Amino acid sequence: MSDSEFKPVLLGRVGRPNSQTLASYRADGGYEALAKALKMANTEVIDVVKASGLRGRGGAGFPTGLKWTFLPKDVKGPIYLCINGDESEPGTFNNRVLIEEDPHQVLEGIVISSFATRSTTAYFYLRYEYGRCYRVLKQAIDEMYANNLLGKNILGSGYDLDIYLHRGACAYICGEETGLIESLEGKRAWPRIKPPFPAIEGAFRRPTVVNNVETMACIPHIMKHGPEWFQTMGIPKDPNNPRDAGSYGPKLYCISGHVNQPGLVELPMGITARELIDKHAGGVWKGRSAKAVIPGGISMGFMSSAELDTPLDFNGPGRVGCLGLGTAAVVVIDDHTSMVDVLYNACRFFAHESCGQCTPCREGTAWSTKILERIREGRGKLSDIDTLLEISASIGTIPGTTICGLADGAAWPIKTAINKFRGEFEEYIKSGRRSESPVLAGAH
Amino acid sequence: MVKVKVNDIEVDAGPKDNCILAARKAGVEIPHYCWHESLSVVASCRMCLVEVGETKPDGTIAMGPKLVPGCQTPIKDGTVIRTDSPKVKAAQQMTLELLLLNHPLDCSICDQAGECYLQDYTYKYGKAHSRLDEPKLQRMDKYHIGDQIALFTDRCVMCTRCVRFTREISGTAELQVVARGSHEEIDVFPEEPCNNKLAGNVVDLCPVGALCSKDFLYKKRVWWLKQAESVCTGCSTGCSISIDQNENKVYRLRPRPNPEAQGHFMCDEGRFGFKYIHDERRLSTPRLSVALASGIESQRKTTSANFAPDLNFADLWPTALTKARQKIQDAIKADPSSFVAVFSPFMTVEEAYLLAKFIKGIHDKARLVLGPVPSVGVDDKYPKGPKGESPADGNVKFTIRAEKCPNRLGVEAVLKHFEGSVVRIESIAQRPNAHAWYIVGGYTSGWVTEAIDKAIGTPSLLIVQDIFPSPLSERADIVLASGSFAERDGTYVNHAGLAQSASAAVRAPGEARADGRILMELAGRTGLFNAMALRKEIGAAIPELSVLGSGDLGDQGVRLVRFAKQATAAAT
Repeated sequence: MSDSEFKPVLLGRVGRPNSQTLASYRADGGYEALAKALKMANTEVIDVVKASGLRGRGGAGFPTGLKWTFLPKDVKGPIYLCINGDESEPGTFNNRVLIEEDPHQVLEGIVISSFATRSTTAYFYLRYEYGRCYRVLKQAIDEMYANNLLGKNILGSGYDLDIYLHRGACAYICGEETGLIESLEGKRAWPRIKPPFPAIEGAFRRPTVVNNVETMACIPHIMKHGPEWFQTMGIPKDPNNPRDAGSYGPKLYCISGHVNQPGLVELPMGITARELIDKHAGGVWKGRSAKAVIPGGISMGFMSSAELDTPLDFNGPGRVGCLGLGTAAVVVIDDHTSMVDVLYNACRFFAHESCGQCTPCREGTAWSTKILERIREGRGKLSDIDTLLEISASIGTIPGTTICGLADGAAWPIKTAINKFRGEFEEYIKSGRRSESPVLAGAH
Repeated sequence: MVKVKVNDIEVDAGPKDNCILAARKAGVEIPHYCWHESLSVVASCRMCLVEVGETKPDGTIAMGPKLVPGCQTPIKDGTVIRTDSPKVKAAQQMTLELLLLNHPLDCSICDQAGECYLQDYTYKYGKAHSRLDEPKLQRMDKYHIGDQIALFTDRCVMCTRCVRFTREISGTAELQVVARGSHEEIDVFPEEPCNNKLAGNVVDLCPVGALCSKDFLYKKRVWWLKQAESVCTGCSTGCSISIDQNENKVYRLRPRPNPEAQGHFMCDEGRFGFKYIHDERRLSTPRLSVALASGIESQRKTTSANFAPDLNFADLWPTALTKARQKIQDAIKADPSSFVAVFSPFMTVEEAYLLAKFIKGIHDKARLVLGPVPSVGVDDKYPKGPKGESPADGNVKFTIRAEKCPNRLGVEAVLKHFEGSVVRIESIAQRPNAHAWYIVGGYTSGWVTEAIDKAIGTPSLLIVQDIFPSPLSERADIVLASGSFAERDGTYVNHAGLAQSASAAVRAPGEARADGRILMELAGRTGLFNAMALRKEIGAAIPELSVLGSGDLGDQGVRLVRFAKQATAAAT
């Protein structure tokens, strides 16, 4: 399927009048997938999702169906489904659009997923800043209860489900699944040590699945059209790599930064960054060219202008030294922008958002920010560059020095910025110049 | 038992051990801050990072690709732990450099200097220079954390041991982490200071100089302190403690880890309750009444109508003890059943044995009774629930007992052996046929109630061996100034029959003497008081106390046979 003939799936109903209402969703064939799923056995639903190759859209890209099978088989007592709506990766806004414009699509996915995972309670963890999302969701959930789509004996199937909306308190770390669970339990959002993984011991010490909002939005479509349809989109498995799970399905790309038309576009997985910028975002603004592109949220690191032909699927960004696809939030940085400023802004964000549990992340993120602050004040030393690299190499789950991946996300911008733009950093330090440019929006 | 290899040293470790414990058994230290044996594992300080691998069936070793925290990583047969690889050393250096980034390096004025894990680990595993060029974060110290606790915020390494202690052991949850990232601090809610009865433990738990005891603050550099292993005498839990003293002054008590007795902690009542040993009102010299002292020369003047002037220094104790022995013998020979010796539950087993044997050696009919056993309220159990309620029986992690004396069981064992049964002073005091009393005190505060005072009245012979003046000592014929717990060697038997040995930390004030020494001389025994030799004698003489026969009770003590059976029954 080429881009031109691609019809938006997840965003198909966005922009229509009353797209948030149950009536309009039903008119478009909504909740048919749920009715279909409720007639199947829950393991059959899991098999369908597994066969579709759907991978989690939250950032790590873990196969969703596989995650569901990690739940213990004969468990007594409740299983919980948590929906991660704490969309806090800078540059990311796909969950917001999905919730605000088509909440029933997400909610239908949640009911199907809860049925598949045998959960009778689903917690929707919503970032605090999303006030409109909260109101829209609340209304949609009320409509569902009124129409037997939630509560006892859903659609006469004998299946019961309650959804609780839970608003966070503005912390990036609550997007980490165990941090989210801790926060949900009313505690400080300090990610847990694993094992045990949430599938064994999660929210309230019960087996728990945590899924992203966009993942949930994909579920009704997979149930409706079948796994084969889902696999007509995207990049198939790499036959040479047995561990590759492929990158199937439609994906929402959030484009922001120095482009003419920032926004959210839905495309099959695997479009290149260059195509995305030129065809779907109207090119780089003011006739400039892109110096660097963040492929999927700031924590994934930077792609240089030479790497713009990298496909934005689950494997592509990793091949050019980035951490991964992340949330597919593409941020474009034009050639008039100093990478020192960009990196400073990134580091400041992570120093602010580090939960402070593990020493390397707590101190490393703050230290790298201080170093960049000094460089920007014109008092940098060339040895600072290596210190920054050493800090970035020694924080994160990849060297094994932290509990969660926040530190990896903090390390990758440093690593990629310095490795790919080292000359610019050296030149900046040698010139002794002071940076007056305003920092990017987003970090506070 | 599982076989693991730590830096090429083969060692047998327990199946539930983590890497830190396994390495400890191999004599290898894995530095750590946040991990503590009696608290939950959080694996957040990242000081204990090690490389771990496993031995494949064909004998090859496959090391894991990442560093792992030793505290969180379980072991199994064939686990290989490396703590000395370049990767581990680099991680240790980095973690320490990061921990010291915002640390004020004020060791010269820090109470913890000398017993600080930040100092020790930096010396052993860190590097000499920091690459930080920027100003350090400066944060306000918090003297308001608790009545006994001050927080030096910028010295904190955020190990959260203190926070977990108040949540998991005391259950009172006063302490918490506030703010985020490198601005994180330990704090309490406004007007809700950390004043629970176990609060002092957070000072011991703090591996650095962040939480300090206000009581000890700036009193003494720790390297001048000498430790004596002893037992807290505040209640019948009998916490193993270390008495830290310098130049005959006790500065602080700290719990000694002992899983048999109390675990890792002690209560504030015990921790700060030692001050009475340096009280100026303590009896510091033996006294004879005017009548008894007639004929003894003295150049000094007396301040009391009852007492003769102080004896000459050299004659002090020999005269007092000779007179006492003679008077006791006379009284018992005149009417044995009218002589009563009162044993205090603060006495050690050795002291009780010496006195009992001496008295019964004169005449079998002389009576031995147990003095008042102080008791306050009910047993206080921790962790407390959210509303301050006591935990269920299986979940108790610490108990402050109502019985406020250390050795009722030990003294009772001696009394049972010599007297046949334990008679309480409360019952005997009502019987009028007691005309001669030998009374041992040693209580932490005034113990002579009006009832006891009245019942004893003014007998024909009254000898008091005590540490504080009381109505009895005021009218006694002979007062023998004795020692407090910090001045005694001996054995205490706690509520669960655990016999622990305590050693003296300081000398008794003035001319006062530890009870053991007084009783040795009173009984006319030759040689110095030697607790270990006496334990051997007691073990042979008293069947119930046979476990003392080895003389050496070790760090953790031994359980009396009768209680050991109970403990085994409870375990099975």
